[in-house]
Amino acid sequence: MSLAIDVRSIVKKFGEFTAVDGVSFAVEEGEIFGLLGPNGAGKSTLIRMLVTLLPPTSGTALVSGFDITKQADDVRRAIGVIPQAMTSDLELSVEENLLIYAKLYGVPREKRNKLIPELLESVELLQWKDKQVKFLSGGMRRRVEIARGLVHEPRVFFLDEPTTGLDPVSRTAVWEMLRRIKSQRDLTILITTHYMDEADKLCDRIAIVDHGKLVALDSPLTLKASIPGKNVLEASFSATPPDWEARLKTLPFVEGVAAHENVYRLSSGNGPATTLALMEAAAAASVTVHSLAVQSTTLDDVFVHYTGRALRDELQEASAKDSPFMIRRA
Amino acid sequence: MSRMWAIVERELRRFRRSPFLIVVSMIFPLVQLIILGYAFGGNVKHLKLAVVDQDHGLPAVKIRELAEAAASGARTVDLIDYADEGQAVTDLRNGKVNGVLTIPPEFSRRVLVKNQPRVALIEDNTDTVVANALAGNMSALLLAYNEPPTAARVPAKAALDVVEVYPYVPYIQYLLPGSIAMSIFMMVMIGGGIIFIDDKARGLHEGYLVTPITKLELIAGFNVSGTIKAVLAGMAIMLIGSLIAGVPSPFDPLRIVRLFVLIVVTAFALISMMFLLMVRITDPLLPRAIFGVLNTVLYFPSGAVYPQQGFPGWMQVIAKIDPFTYSVHAFKSLLLKNTGFDAITGDILYLLAFSVVTMTAATSLFKRTL
Repeated sequence: MSLAIDVRSIVKKFGEFTAVDGVSFAVEEGEIFGLLGPNGAGKSTLIRMLVTLLPPTSGTALVSGFDITKQADDVRRAIGVIPQAMTSDLELSVEENLLIYAKLYGVPREKRNKLIPELLESVELLQWKDKQVKFLSGGMRRRVEIARGLVHEPRVFFLDEPTTGLDPVSRTAVWEMLRRIKSQRDLTILITTHYMDEADKLCDRIAIVDHGKLVALDSPLTLKASIPGKNVLEASFSATPPDWEARLKTLPFVEGVAAHENVYRLSSGNGPATTLALMEAAAAASVTVHSLAVQSTTLDDVFVHYTGRALRDELQEASAKDSPFMIRRA
Repeated sequence: MSRMWAIVERELRRFRRSPFLIVVSMIFPLVQLIILGYAFGGNVKHLKLAVVDQDHGLPAVKIRELAEAAASGARTVDLIDYADEGQAVTDLRNGKVNGVLTIPPEFSRRVLVKNQPRVALIEDNTDTVVANALAGNMSALLLAYNEPPTAARVPAKAALDVVEVYPYVPYIQYLLPGSIAMSIFMMVMIGGGIIFIDDKARGLHEGYLVTPITKLELIAGFNVSGTIKAVLAGMAIMLIGSLIAGVPSPFDPLRIVRLFVLIVVTAFALISMMFLLMVRITDPLLPRAIFGVLNTVLYFPSGAVYPQQGFPGWMQVIAKIDPFTYSVHAFKSLLLKNTGFDAITGDILYLLAFSVVTMTAATSLFKRTL
């Protein structure tokens, strides 16, 4: 199988700051490839280089066989892009948004007359084609952008956090549409998302990026198997003795313990057996268990394992560089 | 260049759906034309002139009669008699009167002995227009006073006969050329510069930059669409303004064609300048902040409201570079003098050269990537 994207030791520096630090990976044709990482990890910078919006400081990448530094226009013809910001023209109608982009890509009239209704049908917006985008909900706008990104029949589709900020129903709808569109077309998808459950269900392979470097790359299943424990126990306690963390590590099947304030996360090879032992140990030490949850290893655990940050850390102050007009998705 | 037309089409479709933008960019120049035109265009009337007659002789009575004639005729002044000069000056300082005309005690005697008879005009010179009007009026009054009772059959003095080439131009018509240039500038600023930066900040330009559109097509698209919008605004204000200001034959087709050409050239010069100013800006607040400054720097030195000959040297330098200067001069030629292209060739050439220079600079600064 040939490669849709071939990233070769790509580096991007902004002054002294290295946003992307020698990342290399390859995406095969027809794959849905997920790019995960905490905010500021370098995901968007990486995508912006792949879609020719930013020139790399060193290294390069081939997209659909074209070099992003030397054959930028060929790359642009081969790709569809949904940027992180909302980029639909609010004043234009749904159909006009697609029409203008079809013209920008030089799609012939006959072809666009056939393709635009087809795409609007695919994203279930055909009945809203004459409505101005400003009257649509966030989820509908995102679907307009997805249709717009496909209006020139690209071979590689880049989506930068396309579902962030959408309600669960809209998110599900977007993903289902993407899956359906992919099944109908010869398309490779590279997507960044903060929703691990979605990445888990939909991506064939996942790359985790942190501090500008690639820290893990494999299928969701293999990634989950690669971290310690089949189960994760998350428990909080009343006043605990000073050696409590050490005691937890000695419980049966426990492979690792991570403590954050009063919350302890235990990786276990056998969730039920460790749970029982934990309750007994707590009773013996007169420690009250406030809460206890047992779950199978998820991509969240993989993410935390490799990046060392919980997802809730994603909430951050707005950057001084953020424009007051920028419509952020998160 | 089909991609360029896609940008133009997109901009014009948006423009059509933004009636508020169209109205806002036209209202300001029209309001300015009407308010400034009528505020500055009229003659000063009913100035309160305190008369302090300390002489009461026949010559003083004659002065007083001439002042009364002016008061009842042109109504430039309203006379108020004062017995005490001190009180009159106090009232002048307090703003109760605009000037004090004092006929001193020795006036009649000096007239009779022909020994430099004088009357005094004490005026509030903080208001130059009023002060000048009063001084002019009183000078005319004294000229009339000094005329001999019977005129010589063949005047021996040289006299000036003024011949006006064009019909009387009220101030509102004088302002109209500046208002048209202003309307073009407003549309360039609001419909061009501000929207350009807002779109950039919203990430809309990212959408363009990932398409195979070339740098030249993108720049041409922005500028052609901006020019079209500005031309529409300029033509509308030219026609509406001509009707309001009472320009003769406002629908003369030949003149409209000439004006159209001038409006296109002006619009392109201003959009090129705007593009140069905005090409590296990303903060949407910045164009809003410089809007007023640019407006002042371009409009007032252009000679739109006051002749440039009265400017200090440094301001004349600004006026020389200012594209408004050439646009306003050309509009004055076409609108007030109904000239042909011969009279405005220099203006058109300057505006075209200005467009080429600014557009070349803007294109070299424009980045195809983020």
